[in-house]
Amino acid sequence: MTVTEQRGAYRPAPPPAWRPRKDAAPLLPDEEPYRLLGTGAELDEKLLRRLYEELVRGRRYNQQATALTKQGRLAVYPSSTGQEACEIAAALALREQDWLFPSYRDTLAAVARGVDPVEALTLLRGDWHTGYDPRTHRVAPLSTPLATQLPHAVGLAHAARLKGDDVVALALVGDGGTSEGDFHEALNFAAVWQAPVVFLVQNNGFAISVPLAKQTAAPTLAHKGVGYGMPGRLVDGNDAAAVHRVLTEAVERARGGGGPTLVEAVTYRVDAHTNADDATRYREDAEVAAWREHDPVLLLERELTGRGLLAEEDRRQAAESAERLAADLRNRMNEDAELDPMSLFEHVYARQTSQLREQAEQLRQELAAAEEADAQDTNDDGHRGEAR
Amino acid sequence: MSTAAAERRADGTAVRKPATMAQALNRAMRDAMAEDPTVHVLGEDVGTLGGVFRVTDGLTAEFGPERCTDTPLAEAGILGTAVGMAMYGLRPVVEMQFDAFAYPAFEQLVSHVSRMRNRTRGAMPMPLTIRVPYGGGIGGVEHHSDSSEAYYLATPGLHVFTPATVADAYGMLREAIASDDPVVFMEPKRLYWSKDADWDVNRPVAVPPAGQAVVRRRGTSATLVTYGPSVPVCLEAAEAAAEDGLDLEVVDLRSLVPFDDHTICESVRRTGRAVVVHESTGFGGPGAEIAARITERCFHFLEAPVLRVAGFDIPYPPPMLERHHLPGVDRVLDAVDRLQWEAEWTEGSTR
Repeated sequence: MTVTEQRGAYRPAPPPAWRPRKDAAPLLPDEEPYRLLGTGAELDEKLLRRLYEELVRGRRYNQQATALTKQGRLAVYPSSTGQEACEIAAALALREQDWLFPSYRDTLAAVARGVDPVEALTLLRGDWHTGYDPRTHRVAPLSTPLATQLPHAVGLAHAARLKGDDVVALALVGDGGTSEGDFHEALNFAAVWQAPVVFLVQNNGFAISVPLAKQTAAPTLAHKGVGYGMPGRLVDGNDAAAVHRVLTEAVERARGGGGPTLVEAVTYRVDAHTNADDATRYREDAEVAAWREHDPVLLLERELTGRGLLAEEDRRQAAESAERLAADLRNRMNEDAELDPMSLFEHVYARQTSQLREQAEQLRQELAAAEEADAQDTNDDGHRGEAR
Repeated sequence: MSTAAAERRADGTAVRKPATMAQALNRAMRDAMAEDPTVHVLGEDVGTLGGVFRVTDGLTAEFGPERCTDTPLAEAGILGTAVGMAMYGLRPVVEMQFDAFAYPAFEQLVSHVSRMRNRTRGAMPMPLTIRVPYGGGIGGVEHHSDSSEAYYLATPGLHVFTPATVADAYGMLREAIASDDPVVFMEPKRLYWSKDADWDVNRPVAVPPAGQAVVRRRGTSATLVTYGPSVPVCLEAAEAAAEDGLDLEVVDLRSLVPFDDHTICESVRRTGRAVVVHESTGFGGPGAEIAARITERCFHFLEAPVLRVAGFDIPYPPPMLERHHLPGVDRVLDAVDRLQWEAEWTEGSTR
């Protein structure tokens, strides 16, 4: 048979065993970020009031924590000013039994979920790493290595589902974090296992100084969902009502066995990366000013005012609540933490090694010697005083 | 004649086939899973296939795919999700298919697994076992033969176990799985098929806990300190040395963390000479730490410097050349020869 004859017999067909695995269209995000505020949509007024009060408190918390860095009470503070809608909505979208997996910029979400504000800042104050017991409010340790907490959220949610428990994990990550390998692996595992997880990407425009354009060539970060076979939702990250609704729907979906959702919230990091950063080196003031007009607290204020729900008394109450939070934080952070150097050797292992026992003994002796020397100095001073 | 018939003696009693290390490891996981429903095995090809070395053979069939799970091919994801599972109270046993395939999981191991207990002040222990088939000698091509233990033992918060016998493979894996600390369980892959006719899979013998080194061969002339795949090499070297009138002691460390200073010092103080033997590279390798510890603790008992026989400081060689790289009997014996047996200065006027 000639080649032409063979070709003539050939019938085009897909590769053997190939079949489309899923319809991609329903997984794609909306063309524009989903919004509720200012759209005239029907909204739960009680929720709006709650969001407002929490956002006002959150803004004040960010300001106070930043001020504490200037006073030397915090080693560093990566502020979420401008991102309070995401932080608060994330905390409020979760139920009691659910878990939150924050990154280092998400102390506010942890606090909004109930973690003690001082304990939430222990890491950034520098007296220990994780200052709170993660099991109490089901808030995982603040993760500094980017996106590495995402697979933890997947594993925890997976384990809960295997056990038959109704638990959803919500993991927070930034736009920069989506470039990390762990972001990819976590989303892939979550989708393959249909784990009850929600991934919230707070796209605040910058990874320290690097803008999104240098981070990804994707149409939107929400589009990344389709590649894993999970829906990607795009939402206005400064619209607290919209973020809350999208997250609540995603949590419900996960809870009902629908699997994971990727949510991209488009927001803006109004402050620099941390107090140690200088944002004027990589962005224009005009850009910041434009975002200040789209501020999450402002958007809520406009909505509530338009609905006649924000009396002067409401503003005053929210402001007072925020001041109490800030004053409590300030007062408690101004107390020096009592640190025990010997605690360095605690909790390294369940079963202490002989090498660590030796090293602990070495430190104990050093401390004892230092204490003795201090006492000696005091005594010497005392004697000199007498001689005079 | 049927196979079953061939396995019976003339009087009808069953002939027990000698158990291999791979079978002992398999049995350890099976027994742990049967006893404790929180034990979950996960990794690449560990389910239907039973693992590329068949160490997880039959676990999915017996316990179901939720207890022994074929994961996507992503080691950071495997270990990262295992961390989350441990946070929820499970006791994951993770298989890294080969030594060098574990490197993508290194960040999870170092940044989370090793320090989660510490950073949460004991609130979140990590009862994880990370099984790593390691070392050379099986003709593996590039990236299949690394001795990666130095990375792990340099990371505070991790335990590092490495069995050299069939009995230890079972006993130490059971201990690792039961441990509330994370254990990197290094399996010498060329010993997977090593056999122990005395070890009964149905009646595993108790072994000393990790952190206790075991003297595999008593001797008086010098101490060979070793672990994992180099233990049989050292035992063979000791037999060869005996023909030359040297009586070598062989100490199997069994675990690098916890590290048993006591047994090693007791041995070296008795023999006065020591050679540390391992496959891992020598520069910055485990032998550097071991030699330093011996010198610090046994200086006045030493008749010669502590020597090391290790893999060369090169990327792991291709299989056709690996025999030149791996510490073998001859290289161990050469090192023993260099232990200043006839050094006049040790007995002369200078001392």
